[in-house]
Amino acid sequence: MWSFFHKLGSPPWLYSISGVILRWLLPITLVALAVGLTWGLLFTVPDFRQGNSYRIIYIHVPAAVVALAGYYVMAIAGAINLIWKMKMADVAMKSAAPVGAALTFVALLTGAIWGKPTWGTWWVWDARITSMLILLFLYLGVIALYEAFDNKEAAGKACAVLCLVGMVNIPIIYKSVDWWYSLHQPASIKFTGDSSIDTSMLYPLLLTIAAFYALFTCCLLMNMRAELLQRGARTSWVKKLALAGKST
Amino acid sequence: MHPVRKQRLYLVLFVVLFSSAAIGLVVYALSGNINLFFPPAEIAAGNAPVGQPIRVGGMVVDGSVQRSDNSLAVRFELTDYEATVPVVYEGILPDLFGEGQGAVASGVLNDEGVLQASEVLAKHDENYMPPEVADALEKSGYDEKGNAK
Repeated sequence: MWSFFHKLGSPPWLYSISGVILRWLLPITLVALAVGLTWGLLFTVPDFRQGNSYRIIYIHVPAAVVALAGYYVMAIAGAINLIWKMKMADVAMKSAAPVGAALTFVALLTGAIWGKPTWGTWWVWDARITSMLILLFLYLGVIALYEAFDNKEAAGKACAVLCLVGMVNIPIIYKSVDWWYSLHQPASIKFTGDSSIDTSMLYPLLLTIAAFYALFTCCLLMNMRAELLQRGARTSWVKKLALAGKST
Repeated sequence: MHPVRKQRLYLVLFVVLFSSAAIGLVVYALSGNINLFFPPAEIAAGNAPVGQPIRVGGMVVDGSVQRSDNSLAVRFELTDYEATVPVVYEGILPDLFGEGQGAVASGVLNDEGVLQASEVLAKHDENYMPPEVADALEKSGYDEKGNAK
């Protein structure tokens, strides 16, 4: 059990195990994405009030859900780096930021595209949308802050603190529609009680959410592998890989 | 756990709790300003400023929408089932605007308590269902949560 965690600290071991995971996870992710999006975008029934425009839910909701979860991944990796000084946690934190930023951007963009025909406006400064924009700035802030330091250890520490402080935004985003009067509707999928979305629309949505989680994991691992190679450019294990001409 | 690591763990927990508390208090203090709109009950209670741009949100009262024959002018009432605010507006309404649906109107409240709206947005609720299910619910006389209408 503990030896597994100790091995995670070794770049060559992490590089090879992530390669094995990706070889299985990447095809599964692509199939789940293709099936979920085709099912949701083409084969579900239209909504009784919004017609076909509601279908953007199959991209908007998964992107937003995983953007929030991804922030926790980034912040927890940052905390592990602060407490245990684990270099691989720093790699994970740095690699999670651009993936989370991209997902947040997708959620904001699809929301605006849906908002124009549904609400009658592209953008409104309500609590949910504004706090989501703050999340995008937090992700971009982590990326920028990391690059602003020459000393990578100091960069990791500063970013980890920023991640931890920004973590308070996640429950605010999640509960904003319940705490304040906002234009954005409350959540349709409920963990307790019945969801207020019909099951024929719910199942493809759950599949796309799972697929986006897997997509986040794949992108995170691929980013981490690139970062490991870059950091280890002068080490013997990377030289050995390069000379062998193998990618995994 | 190693004492130095334990100390760093406490420091991290302190940073998280302290910053959450600080931001939580700021958000709590700003609560009134974070609300996108006033519900009609707050306006009836006199909590909304008169003569300043505000937003009012609620359900469009059934049968209250009156359209002008020769212009885009429209008059309707917004309610939260406690109080009602009349709204006048001239312009294009969003597709999802309708009686019995949620809407948010932004404009200025005049002395008679009528909102002169410059923008009307439709507010969508969290219910998603196929048209057939909506029809069936309509016939059965129950809403989507199983309550009699």
